Amino acid sequence: MAELSIRERQAGDITVLDMDGRITIGEGSVALRSAVRRLLEEGKKNILLNLAGVGYIDSSGIGELVSSYTAINKEGGQLKLLSLTQKLQDLLTITKLLTVFDAYDTEAEALSNFK
Amino acid sequence: MTEQTTRLVLPSHIEAVADAAAAVTDFVKSCGFDEQAAFGIDMALREAVTNAMVHGNQEDEAKSVEVIFSCLKDGLEIEVRDQGEGFDPATVPDPTEPANVLKPSGRGIFLMRTFMDQVEWFARPEGGTAVRMVKKF
Repeated sequence: MAELSIRERQAGDITVLDMDGRITIGEGSVALRSAVRRLLEEGKKNILLNLAGVGYIDSSGIGELVSSYTAINKEGGQLKLLSLTQKLQDLLTITKLLTVFDAYDTEAEALSNFK
Repeated sequence: MTEQTTRLVLPSHIEAVADAAAAVTDFVKSCGFDEQAAFGIDMALREAVTNAMVHGNQEDEAKSVEVIFSCLKDGLEIEVRDQGEGFDPATVPDPTEPANVLKPSGRGIFLMRTFMDQVEWFARPEGGTAVRMVKKF
């Protein structure tokens, strides 16, 4: 089974990536990077990462979230996070990244905050 | 509690990090840590092994990483040994500083220090570098 599975769906001009698994060094981080790069190449610049199914992330995975955020911003798009588990929320808090990312508990709230 | 030790020798490729994590999961349970502590120990171990493989051994598969878990009376000790040339942890920037917070890398050591009670690096007399991490009950 893949370390991280990513399912893509569209909500207007926002692409939602439903992620399930682990974002860790190697396969998981590469899968996230590849998905975001492909979307940017397709001109899809508003991306919501649904992390409800992500039970584990390491420093490489955190780094990949940061890289995704900066790559999307550079293209004039927006990245937002949805449904962080408590552990992921704790990790983003201690790394001071929760002040950088826009994170939401509900999809409706997240979608309505894209400009 | 009786002191017990487990030793693993891993090749320097990233897929083997999961093998170390699986071993530490079993070990942490048998030592008596709760789930919250187990999460942090698992994370610190993964970061230490990844650093040893990537930065220490430069992913040279001819070089191995050795992991020694010891369950102590008052907690747990993990030593991760590589065959690299070592580094000065004091030179690693704080990833939570505003200038560094958007850097894609450089959080591994910070997470190890966050989740463990003691983290220290030392050069091994026989060559290579080791990091020793302790988590108390």
